[in-house]
Amino acid sequence: MQPFTSLTAPACPLGLANVDTDQLIPARFMKRSRADGYGGVLLHDLRFDEQGEPRAAFPLDDPRHAGARILVARRTFGTGSSREAAVYALWDYGIACVIAPSFGDIFASNAVKNGLLPAQVSDADAETLLALLAGGGHLTVDLEAMAITLAGKDGSGQPQQRFSFTIDPVRRLQLLNGWDDIDLTIRHTAEIARYRSERARSQPWTFPEAAEETRPDQAVQAMKL
Amino acid sequence: MSAVPRTLFDKLWDEHVIAVREDGETLLWVDRHFVHEGSHHAFRKLDERGAALAEPALTFGVADHYVPTRGRPVIADREVAGMVERLSGNARQHGFRLFGLDDPAQGIVHVVGPEQGLTLPGLLIVCGDSHTSTHGAFGAYAFGIGASEVAHVLMTQTLWQRKPKRMRITVTGQLGAHVSAKDLALHVIASIGTNGAQGHALEYAGPAISSLSMEGRLTLCNMSIEAGARCAMVAPDDTTFAWLAGRPFAPSGAGLDEAIGRWRALASDASAVFDRDIVIDGDAVAPTVTWGTSPEDALPISGRVPDPDAIVADPARRAYIADALGYMGLAAGMPLAAVAVDRIFIGSCTNARLEDLRAAASVLRGRKSLVPGLVSPGSSLVKRQAETEGLDRVFIDAGLTWADSGCSMCVGMNGDLVASGERCASTTNRNFRGRQGLGARTHLMSPAMVAAAAVTGRLTDVRTLPQLEA
Repeated sequence: MQPFTSLTAPACPLGLANVDTDQLIPARFMKRSRADGYGGVLLHDLRFDEQGEPRAAFPLDDPRHAGARILVARRTFGTGSSREAAVYALWDYGIACVIAPSFGDIFASNAVKNGLLPAQVSDADAETLLALLAGGGHLTVDLEAMAITLAGKDGSGQPQQRFSFTIDPVRRLQLLNGWDDIDLTIRHTAEIARYRSERARSQPWTFPEAAEETRPDQAVQAMKL
Repeated sequence: MSAVPRTLFDKLWDEHVIAVREDGETLLWVDRHFVHEGSHHAFRKLDERGAALAEPALTFGVADHYVPTRGRPVIADREVAGMVERLSGNARQHGFRLFGLDDPAQGIVHVVGPEQGLTLPGLLIVCGDSHTSTHGAFGAYAFGIGASEVAHVLMTQTLWQRKPKRMRITVTGQLGAHVSAKDLALHVIASIGTNGAQGHALEYAGPAISSLSMEGRLTLCNMSIEAGARCAMVAPDDTTFAWLAGRPFAPSGAGLDEAIGRWRALASDASAVFDRDIVIDGDAVAPTVTWGTSPEDALPISGRVPDPDAIVADPARRAYIADALGYMGLAAGMPLAAVAVDRIFIGSCTNARLEDLRAAASVLRGRKSLVPGLVSPGSSLVKRQAETEGLDRVFIDAGLTWADSGCSMCVGMNGDLVASGERCASTTNRNFRGRQGLGARTHLMSPAMVAAAAVTGRLTDVRTLPQLEA
C-alpha cells in the first residue's frame, strides 16, 4: 500500500450529508473488474441524469474544481453497504482524501486499507471549508501534523487558515507507513496455530462437522417452524 | 475469572484475542466466514499472492446478491451469470462449502447462516456485507467487512481490529399488537440517527427484547448497521437455544448441552458499564415508515411529511430535507397515510423469514393487492415451508409475484428493480437514492405494513384494517 504523508491538491466542496456507498458507486456498476477502472462511475447517479448527461452544477464536474484530489462533505460520509468498490471509485477518480464530520465505520476501514485518508473535522470546520472552497481552491492535508491548511488557488500561496482533523491513531500510523496487514499477520503464525488448537479443544462445536449435502426434508424439519 | 464486570461484548472480544500489538490493534480469530458473489475482489487478491485459503471448513459460500429470482436455473443476463459462476469456481478451487443456485438450502446469507446452525452464540462471524450484524441476534460478534479484510480472513482466518466502545439500548415494556421488530428498529434509528451508534458494539436488552422471537431479534440486529453500529447483539437465552436445536451444523446431543452450558455465561454482568446506555419505551413504538432517503428519516404512520421551511436553526438540515422530498416526490406537511404507492416488495435479509411472510400473509389473506409486487423468501427452505403452509397461494391470489430467494429488489443487482419515479413500499433496509433502481423511491416498513399498503394502495396503519387476524 502507498503511504500517505501530506497532500496539496485542488479540493472539491461536496456539500452533501449522508453520502452512502450506494451513491459513491451504484450497485449496477459493481460487476466490473478493478482493471477496468472505477473512477468513471464515482457518484454516477448524482453526476449524470437518466440519459447519461452531466447534471448542471454538480461540484465534481465544475471546472473550478477540476483535478480535485480532496473531497469535503457533510456528516456520515460513506455510510451503508460495505462495498470496498466505493473506495475504488474515489481512488480511481483521483481522490486520496475525504474530509467530513463523520464516516461510516466500514468505509473508513476500507479507505485506509487502500491508502485513502478519511479526515474527521468538526461540523463547524466542515461548513467553513465548504464555504471557503465554493469558488475553487487548494488544500494541504498533513497527516503527520493532522492539520488542513487552505493554500492559495495556484497551490503556492501562503497558508491562510488552519484546521485540525482527527483520525484513529492506528489508522494514522498505517497510512503514514503504508503497512500491509497481511505482512504483519504472518509474524503471528505460531500464535494463530496455538489459538486454533486450543479453541478446537475447548469449544469443538465452533468447528462444524464436515458438511454433508443438506437434505431438504431434514433441513426443513430442522427449522421447527 | 476476571473480577472486573464485563459486558457481553467484552466477553466475546476477550475470547477471540490471539495477539495484541503495542498500538492496541488486536488480532482476532474468525469462527465463520461467509462469502458471496460480491467477494470476487478478495479472491483476486488471494490469487495475486498465490495464497491458499486458510480454513476451508470455516468458510461458507452463498449465492444471493446476483441470483435471479425467476426462471431458474437459467440466468438470462450474461454478466450476472458470470458473477454466480465465479463464486462456484472459487468454491471448487478452494474447497469450501457452497450454497449455490442449485442447492435446496440456498438463500440470503444472513438467513441461511442461522437456518443451518452455522450461526451460534459466542462465535466471531464476518462477511463482506454490512448486514452481517444480523447474526448478533444469537449472541455472536458479527460484523461486515470490506474486500481487503475479506482477503485477510481468507488467507489467515483472523482480523486486526480496534476494540469498539460498548453501547446498550434497553427497550422497556412490550411492543403492541402488529408492532414488530422492524418498527422498533426504525424507531431506534430515527431516535439516535444514522451515526447514533457509530464506533460502538450495540447490545439490546430489556423485556421487549426478551419477548422477541429469533426472527425479530435478527431483524433488529440487521438494521443496527443503519444506526452506524459496528455490530449488534442480544444475549442468548432459552429462545435462542430452542431455535438452534436440531439444525444441520449446530451441535447436538451431549455436545449441545455442553455448548449451552458455555453459552449461558454470554450475558453482560449486572454491574458492567457501557460507554452509552439508552432506554427506549417499547410501549410507545408505533408502526413506522420512512419518508426520505436515509433510514433515520422515519416517523410513525400517523405523522406528516416534514416541512423543511419549519427548520430555522439548521440550514444544512433544511437543505437535506428539501432535497430528499424532491427526490421522493413528496409535499411538505402531507399525511404519510395519504402517500400512494406504485408497487410493493417483501424480501431481503431484514424481513423475509417465515415469521415475516406469515405476518404479511395474515394481512393479505382474502384480499387483493391494488398494486403489483414481488415476494422473495429469505431462503429456498423458507420458500418450501411457506408453500407447505399455503402462504404462496395467499400472495398469488392477492395478485403478487411469488419468486425464488435472493437479495433481489433490496439491492437491485440481479435485475429486480423498481422503475424510475416509482414508489415502493418495501420490507428492506435502505431507502437510499437509487438503491432499488435508478430513480426509485423507497419507503421502508414492516412486512405487515407493506401488506397493508398493498391492500389500500397507500401507506396505511395496518391496525386500522378491518377484520385483522390476531
